[in-house]
Amino acid sequence: MTGTKITLAKGLNMGLRKAMEDDPRVLLMGEDVGKLGGVFRITDGLQKDFGEDRVIDSPLAESGIVGTAVGLALRGYRPVVEIQFDGFVYPAYDQIVCQVAKMRYRSAGHSPMPMVIRIPFGGGIGAVEHHSESPEAQFAHTPGLKVVACSNPVDGYWMIQQAIASDDPVIFLEPKRQYHAEKMELDESLAPPPLFTSRVARRGTDVTVLAYGPTVRTAMTAAEAAAGEGRSLEVIDLRTLSPLDMGPVLESVRRTGRCVVVHEAHVNLGLGAELAARVTEECFYSLEAPVLRVGGFDTPYPASRIEEEFLPDLDRLLDAVDRTFAF
Amino acid sequence: MTPPPDTADGTFGPDLVEVFGPSQSDGGPELVQLLTPEGERVHHPEFDLDFSAEQIRGFYRDMVLTRRIDTEATALQRHGELGIWAQLLGQEAAQIGAGRALRPQDYVFPTYREHGVAWCRGIDPLKLLGLFRGVDHGSWDPHEFNFGLYTIVIGAQTLHATGYAMGMQRDGVVGTGDADRDAAVIAHFGDGASSQGDVNEAFIFAASYNAPVVFFCQNNQWAISEPIERQTRIPLYQRALGFGFPGIRVDGNDVLATYAVTQAALQRARDGQGPTFVEAYTYRMGAHTTTDDPTRYRLSADVESWKLKDPIARLEVYLRRNGLVDDGLVEQVKTEADELGAHLREGCKAMADPSPMRMFEHVYAEIPEELAVQRDGYADYLATFEGAH
Repeated sequence: MTGTKITLAKGLNMGLRKAMEDDPRVLLMGEDVGKLGGVFRITDGLQKDFGEDRVIDSPLAESGIVGTAVGLALRGYRPVVEIQFDGFVYPAYDQIVCQVAKMRYRSAGHSPMPMVIRIPFGGGIGAVEHHSESPEAQFAHTPGLKVVACSNPVDGYWMIQQAIASDDPVIFLEPKRQYHAEKMELDESLAPPPLFTSRVARRGTDVTVLAYGPTVRTAMTAAEAAAGEGRSLEVIDLRTLSPLDMGPVLESVRRTGRCVVVHEAHVNLGLGAELAARVTEECFYSLEAPVLRVGGFDTPYPASRIEEEFLPDLDRLLDAVDRTFAF
Repeated sequence: MTPPPDTADGTFGPDLVEVFGPSQSDGGPELVQLLTPEGERVHHPEFDLDFSAEQIRGFYRDMVLTRRIDTEATALQRHGELGIWAQLLGQEAAQIGAGRALRPQDYVFPTYREHGVAWCRGIDPLKLLGLFRGVDHGSWDPHEFNFGLYTIVIGAQTLHATGYAMGMQRDGVVGTGDADRDAAVIAHFGDGASSQGDVNEAFIFAASYNAPVVFFCQNNQWAISEPIERQTRIPLYQRALGFGFPGIRVDGNDVLATYAVTQAALQRARDGQGPTFVEAYTYRMGAHTTTDDPTRYRLSADVESWKLKDPIARLEVYLRRNGLVDDGLVEQVKTEADELGAHLREGCKAMADPSPMRMFEHVYAEIPEELAVQRDGYADYLATFEGAH
């Protein structure tokens, strides 16, 4: 059976539609998600088909959106919240960290929080300030939350459904730069892997490159370029950032002996720091070089005309790969 | 309408006193009251009810027992059995009036001070102590009592209440005309919380969706050390108008008026007419918590003047004057309070510390592998101390 070719935006839209069809308790909430279909059109057409009670245009207040979603979840609904842009999640930070993350724990399991908080993240779209950030570490650091990042249209389709079906709150990161980028064929007859698992995106033997969200594409391009120079990169799409699925990572690093982590988020205390520590703890005697990190610099996100200098690209990634061979 | 004065002199529009009248420490003329501080039953054109003698005696019993929960818990803190206690002394009428106005299908989102409302919901007060003793974060099942867990972050629960009420709308339990089915939510918060963004966002969401929620603010005049004047320049209940729903100020030390007003607001919500803001005008007679020292920031004369408005004393005067209680009944309630006190003392002291392994439970629906590794590693580590002193 051949599938249709879809973009990430379409995959997410189809996944949301499927989840809403499968479970009447699934509600969408956010700014402009109704008639407009969201500023990125991820919820396009859903209010028309499911009604205003299930696709809820909210007042412009992020804490209000997440806080009322907590109440809806307590009532037995499964809210899927859209935060319009990464940099706008902070007004809701208290509700996410103090309420969403801790409700199950506080109530000794009486009050689960089955909620998905969708956040378009990452840069590269030439936007003004606060529209290009990568806040994943802030949430991965918070017990009670799960954090995942999709990197391609097929994962988008499946992962959003799996996140909605999860009984734990999930921060769902979508690489906004990829929303309307290349298409991919979706074959719905192929069962997806479980949500909280990493995936080897490209086999290789010399260096393990760990990526997620928008940098998976960077890593794949780099692997292609490196292959031309006789160097074999193994690329792992982490997919789940909390909990981490270290199995494929450790297995890979034990084979390659080298590891580079690449993310758009600031390097200092980013996911790469945790990954480097874990790899070092578990693979110390297999490592030929220290784990290196490539990411956004430890500056605020710069003005968009120079954002491509801030964002890790193919060259900076390959430079780090070269450096792992210098040890 | 007279035009605003020339802004060139630095003024902008009319003076607040001109608009709202002078600040009234007694709650002002807008205060809904059915029982004066002297225990005299007065009538109100809009909010009045025929209370049965049985009902009023019930309020009396509830308030006496609630006060005992509070004094007993305060004593337990002094004896080192509780880490801290959030006192409600003086707010018994506000809580019992609001709590008894609820129907079983209504749902309550409390702060951490709603011990009287918890009592009305049938929660064993011993369960309230766990949080303050430090053995849990709240031990009752919210859905068993339709009473949420205590919320420590100020005002956060008002949004949960609004969302829950939005869920009720979707479940078709609002405005059906079936008294056993129609339901509402009540969100408790204080005067300090009225400054929080979340509370203001809750007002906006509730108004926008016409959610069946009553915002019940116990204005006890103090947010730890900060007086109400630091939170607002206008009477709190008048803020509701700006959000697009009615606000009412009720004498929070008058259990009859608080019941009548809350009951009307809840019914309005159940009928599908949307949110109401009830400002229960009261006074925090005790400290913010047992760690607080109010003598550093407020005058004893102020406290003394509020003692004359005590919610229990005025109801007892009313009951006695009208022959609705006798010494026997008062004695009977006192005996019941003593028994409740003993139950709390003994139960509290018997509350064992949780096993250290408890901290790993209920973080997620299923424990992730890496957390399980931490848990098992810690269990092994603890085992190395077995038999050691």
